[in-house]
Amino acid sequence: MINVEPDHLIRLQSITKVYGSGDAAVVALDSFSLNVAAGELLAVMGPSGSGKSTLMNILGCLDTPTSGRYWLGGEDVSRLSETQLAHVRNRRIGFVFQQFQLLPKLSAWRNVELPLLYRSGDHRRELAMHALDQVGLLNRVHHRPTQLSGGQQQRVAIARALVTNPDLILADEPTGNLDTASSRDVLAVLRELNQEGRTIIVITHDPEVAPVARRTVSLRDGRLVPEVAA
Amino acid sequence: MSLLHTIETGLRSLLGHRLRSVLTTLGILFGVAAVISTVGIGQASSDSVTARISSLGTNLLTVSPGSTFAGGVFGGGGSANTLTMADVTGLEDHQNAPDVEAVAPVSQGRESLVSASSNWSTTVSGSTPDWLITNSRSMAGGTFITPADVSSQAQVIVLGPTTASNLGAAVGDLITVKQIPFQVIGILASAGSQGFGNQDDLAVVPITTAQAELVGGVGSVQRIQLSSTSQATLGSAYLEANQLLLQTHHITNPSLADYSITSSTQVLSTAQAVTQTLTILLASVAAISLLVGGIGVMNIMLVSVTERTAEIGLRKALGATPGDLFRQFVIEAGVLTAAGGLLGVGTGLAAGYIVPRTANIAVTITPLPVVVAVAVAVAVGLVFGVYPALRAARLAPIEALRAQ
Repeated sequence: MINVEPDHLIRLQSITKVYGSGDAAVVALDSFSLNVAAGELLAVMGPSGSGKSTLMNILGCLDTPTSGRYWLGGEDVSRLSETQLAHVRNRRIGFVFQQFQLLPKLSAWRNVELPLLYRSGDHRRELAMHALDQVGLLNRVHHRPTQLSGGQQQRVAIARALVTNPDLILADEPTGNLDTASSRDVLAVLRELNQEGRTIIVITHDPEVAPVARRTVSLRDGRLVPEVAA
Repeated sequence: MSLLHTIETGLRSLLGHRLRSVLTTLGILFGVAAVISTVGIGQASSDSVTARISSLGTNLLTVSPGSTFAGGVFGGGGSANTLTMADVTGLEDHQNAPDVEAVAPVSQGRESLVSASSNWSTTVSGSTPDWLITNSRSMAGGTFITPADVSSQAQVIVLGPTTASNLGAAVGDLITVKQIPFQVIGILASAGSQGFGNQDDLAVVPITTAQAELVGGVGSVQRIQLSSTSQATLGSAYLEANQLLLQTHHITNPSLADYSITSSTQVLSTAQAVTQTLTILLASVAAISLLVGGIGVMNIMLVSVTERTAEIGLRKALGATPGDLFRQFVIEAGVLTAAGGLLGVGTGLAAGYIVPRTANIAVTITPLPVVVAVAVAVAVGLVFGVYPALRAARLAPIEALRAQ
């Protein structure tokens, strides 16, 4: 039985994701269940092909499961339309990608402002500046991504994930494109944010991440490997 | 995303690819400019044809020789001189044709006129005093041909103002046509000359003189001009003239008439139909270039969507709905075509100003084709922008994010 606690931000119940059909069908997630409490810093580890990316897409509301239910902040998001999912992503989730995914023609603060353009409300510049301040880049607000180091670019991306004040920050291999020093830098920022109360899920195969996380789960063949408490 | 931000985002992206945006805009620009200027040229030529024919008066009927039917063989229209001075005399009878005001026979040919100082080739028409009425002309000096001139086959000539000045001839001078001396008895007032034929370059002699000395065909005339007493009586004048001619030509079946009667309004509508057809033809070619411009917009938008797959994916991940992305790309296409359309209007108006001053082609710009061309350009952009925009909206965010 799944333990339903009121402060569970995320409840995944028997999530199955199948790509393709017939003989070519690939089961990426097999009856996968997971609860994440608000305020956690969870690392999801696993070798490639273990279902990590699929889990990330479903957690990020970028894709819907073939079967099973997904509650995010008490809302069942497993059967929403594309437009409704877009609103959920904008309201509840901040993304950090391995490739940073900053728009090269926009300055740092314009990049951070982007998610705010897809919702109503003012003070976009102030909010963007505040988010950049949180990642320690207030002195780089007018720089283009190409004028920043990899670590700085990833911090801009974290600011962009923070700016909407989301329930969840979902980081997909955030250190995958960074050198060791920049990786530590980025992980320190994530840890700091978690200490301020943010719920963060890091999907990675980088063993450096695990010690930073409060809890680590491992995936293999679309299933959970028994949890190890940090 | 608010409309303002969508437009801002679209503009930013267009400015990011300046050369590409300008080239795409050019396609629409030339399409719109071509539509405006060709329709303007068509409008101008239609106006000038209408003005010229209207200047003849709307109560004019022209009797022309029709097809002949002899020995089972039809001759083409105008193949025989079936009209005679007897027809003219008959039509002049106010008892039988009360609604016919003036009757002027015309037999004309191109002749060389020689004055003391120079020579000049022009159309010489043989006619009667009524010619002035049927052609709505007046005299600038001297007198027109009189009935006495007609009956006496007088060797007198009336010149158009252009002809007179080219010959250096004045009232009272002697000029020769085919080595026959003619006295200039009058100069016509100018009727203005626009377009093809020059209304001021002509000469008129008595019909009898023309038949005997110049054109030939004594007793027969090439055509007969009639004017009705007013525009309202044009119809009854037509019926009276037709009835009379059928009788004098001993024709019982009207469909076998060896003449035809056309009114100036008929000629006007025929001429208008011709210029309209030409205008439509020109405008169609221009419209095709507009269409090609639109396909250029679609092409560029497709390139833009493909190139920005990763950006589209990112925007989707950050919360852009399919609708947001659809609007963004449609607006980009719309901005491109609207800019092309407005610049095309400017170019078309400039062409309408420059062409008449350099190429001697009249251009009349009216608001309707301008508005229609811009509306079509924007519609083309939106229509051709829809498909690329749908592609952008339907991209799956995960696939798009992986594109990098």
